[in-house]
Amino acid sequence: MTGPHLSPSTLTAGARAPRTFGSLYAGNARSVMARGWRATRSSNSLAILSGFVEPIFYLLSMGLGLGALIGQVHTADGASVPYAAFIAPALLAVAAMNGAIYDSTWNVFFKMQFAKLYEGMLSTSLGPLDVALGEISLALVRGLLYATGFLLVMQALGLNLSWWALLALPAVVLIAFGFASIGMAVTSYMKTFQQMDWINFVLLPMFLFSATFYPLSVYPQGIQYVIQALPLWHGVELVRGLTTGQIDPGMLWHVLYYAVMIMIGLIFTTRRLKALFLN
Amino acid sequence: MPEPVIATQNLIKRYQDFVAVDGISFEVAPGESFGLLGPNGAGKSTTMRMIGAVSTRTSGDLNVLGLDPNRYGPEIRSQLGVVPQENNLDMELKVRENLLVYGRYFGLPRARVARRADELLEFAQLADKASAKVDDLSGGMKRRLTIARALINDPRLLLLDEPTTGLDPQARHILWDRLFRLKEQGTTLLLTTHYMDEAEQLCDRLVVVDKGRIMAEGSPADLIRRYSSREVLEVRFGSTQNAAVADRIQGFGERVDVLPDRILVYSDSGENELEQMTAAGLRPITSLVRRSSLEDVFLRLTGRNLIE
Repeated sequence: MTGPHLSPSTLTAGARAPRTFGSLYAGNARSVMARGWRATRSSNSLAILSGFVEPIFYLLSMGLGLGALIGQVHTADGASVPYAAFIAPALLAVAAMNGAIYDSTWNVFFKMQFAKLYEGMLSTSLGPLDVALGEISLALVRGLLYATGFLLVMQALGLNLSWWALLALPAVVLIAFGFASIGMAVTSYMKTFQQMDWINFVLLPMFLFSATFYPLSVYPQGIQYVIQALPLWHGVELVRGLTTGQIDPGMLWHVLYYAVMIMIGLIFTTRRLKALFLN
Repeated sequence: MPEPVIATQNLIKRYQDFVAVDGISFEVAPGESFGLLGPNGAGKSTTMRMIGAVSTRTSGDLNVLGLDPNRYGPEIRSQLGVVPQENNLDMELKVRENLLVYGRYFGLPRARVARRADELLEFAQLADKASAKVDDLSGGMKRRLTIARALINDPRLLLLDEPTTGLDPQARHILWDRLFRLKEQGTTLLLTTHYMDEAEQLCDRLVVVDKGRIMAEGSPADLIRRYSSREVLEVRFGSTQNAAVADRIQGFGERVDVLPDRILVYSDSGENELEQMTAAGLRPITSLVRRSSLEDVFLRLTGRNLIE
C-alpha cells in the first residue's frame, strides 16, 4: 500500500501548463479504446461475428439470387454493371452505417444510463472528448475490419470492377465516423428505451430507399432531392463510385458531407457529455 | 500550518430554483479524515461532486490540492480517488482488469498500473478473486474493489460517498479496517455518511450539514460535549402513558426529549436521574443508561422529522 505520492510542486508544475482543449481533452482516448477491446474480447464476440456475416448474407441472396433475374443495371454515371456489383458497395456502406450506429447508440445508451461507465471515466483525468473519441474510434476500427472482410468476399466474387476499390476502405471509415459521431450525439439526449426506438424508425427507410437496391433515377425529381439530402445516399454513391471505378470529382462533395457530419456530431457529443457529467 | 488539501469558502450550488449547497465553508488539513454528516438531500453528495471537480460551483471559493477546480479539473482529478455512492464498476471486465483499465484512464504506465493492481487486490482482500467476474462478487467485495480502484493512482485525497451504505455489519467492519489503514498511512479522507458510528470510527473532524448549510463543526467527542450530555437515560412507560408522564419528567437532567415511544433524559449521570425518578414515584417499564453518541447530536441538530 505504499506508493510514491507526488509532491505538490510536481503537481503544480505540470498543472499550470496551458492546454489546447482545456478540460475537455486529456489526449488519452486510447485508454478508452483499450477498455473497449478488452470488454469486446470477453463478452461480445458473437455480436462481432453477426456484424460481419449479415451483409454477406444480403449480398449472396439479393446480389447473386435476385441479380440472376435482373442482369445489368445502370449506375448514376450511366455505366452498365451486373446487379450484384451494383448493390455490393451499397451493402458495404450500409454495414458501415449499421455497425457505427449500433456501437454509438445502443451500446453508448446502455453504458450511460445503466452501467454508469462514463461517470467513472470522467472522474479520472479523462475529459469528455477523450471518451467520445475513444468510443468512436473503436467503432471505426471494428467497421474497418468488417469492410476488409466484405471487400475480400467481393473480390472473390469478382464484384470489384476497379483498383479504386481499395479506397473504399478509408471511405467506409469516413462513413462510419459520420454516423458514429451523430449517433453518439443523438444518444446523449435520449432518456428512455422508447426514444431509442426512433433511431431504428429513421434508419430502416433510409437503408431501403437510399439508392441501395436500384438507381436513384427511378424516383421523380422531387423525391430524388430528399434522398440526396440524406447521409446514406452520399455514402452509397461514394463507395459505389470507387468499387465500380466510376470516378469523378463530384465525389468530393460526398466526402465533404461526411466531414461536416463528423464535426457537428463531435461538437454536440462533447458539449452534451460535459453538461451531463461535468455540470 | 500546512496548506489545506481542501478549502471552501461560502460554497454555493444552485440548480434552477433549488439551492443544494447554501454557503458551506470548511478546511481539511493533509492527512486528516473529515466527515460530511447529514440526512438525505442535505447537499453532501453535491459538495463531494464539486470537490471532485465534476460539478461546477455557482459561487464561492473552492480550492482542492491548491488548485481551482473550475480551471484545473483534470489536474485535480488525477490526484483524487473517488468512491461514488453507487458502485460504477465495469461489469464487462474482470476484477483485476477493472483496476488495469482504470489506471490507464489516468495515463499511467502499464507496468506501474499492473504492479499497483496486484498490491491493491491484496489490500482489498480480493487477490483470489482477480479473474472473477464483477457480477459474482458480494456487495462488500464490490465496495472494496471500488475503493481499490480509487487508489490505483496513489491519490492524495480519497473521496468516499457513503462508503458502507447497504453493507452487512461484517462487511462494514472489514471496510472500516481498510479505511483506517489508509488513514494511518497518511491519506487524506473526505467521507459522507449518515451512519453515526461510522463517523465516530473514522472521522477526526466533521461537519453536520442540513439543507445545504453547516449546522456544527468539530471532532466527534467535541460535538457530543457541545450538543449533548455525557450520558442518556432512555425510559419507556408504554405508549399510552408516555405523554401523561412527560410533564412530570420535565426538569430532570439537562434536557428531556419526549418521543412517541420513549423519553430521553440527557444528563451527566443517567443512574442518578433514574434514582430520582424512582424516588419521585415514577416506574418506567424499561430503562436504559447509555453513553451519548453522535446520533444524539445529529438528531438534535437536524430534527427528528423524516426527510423524504
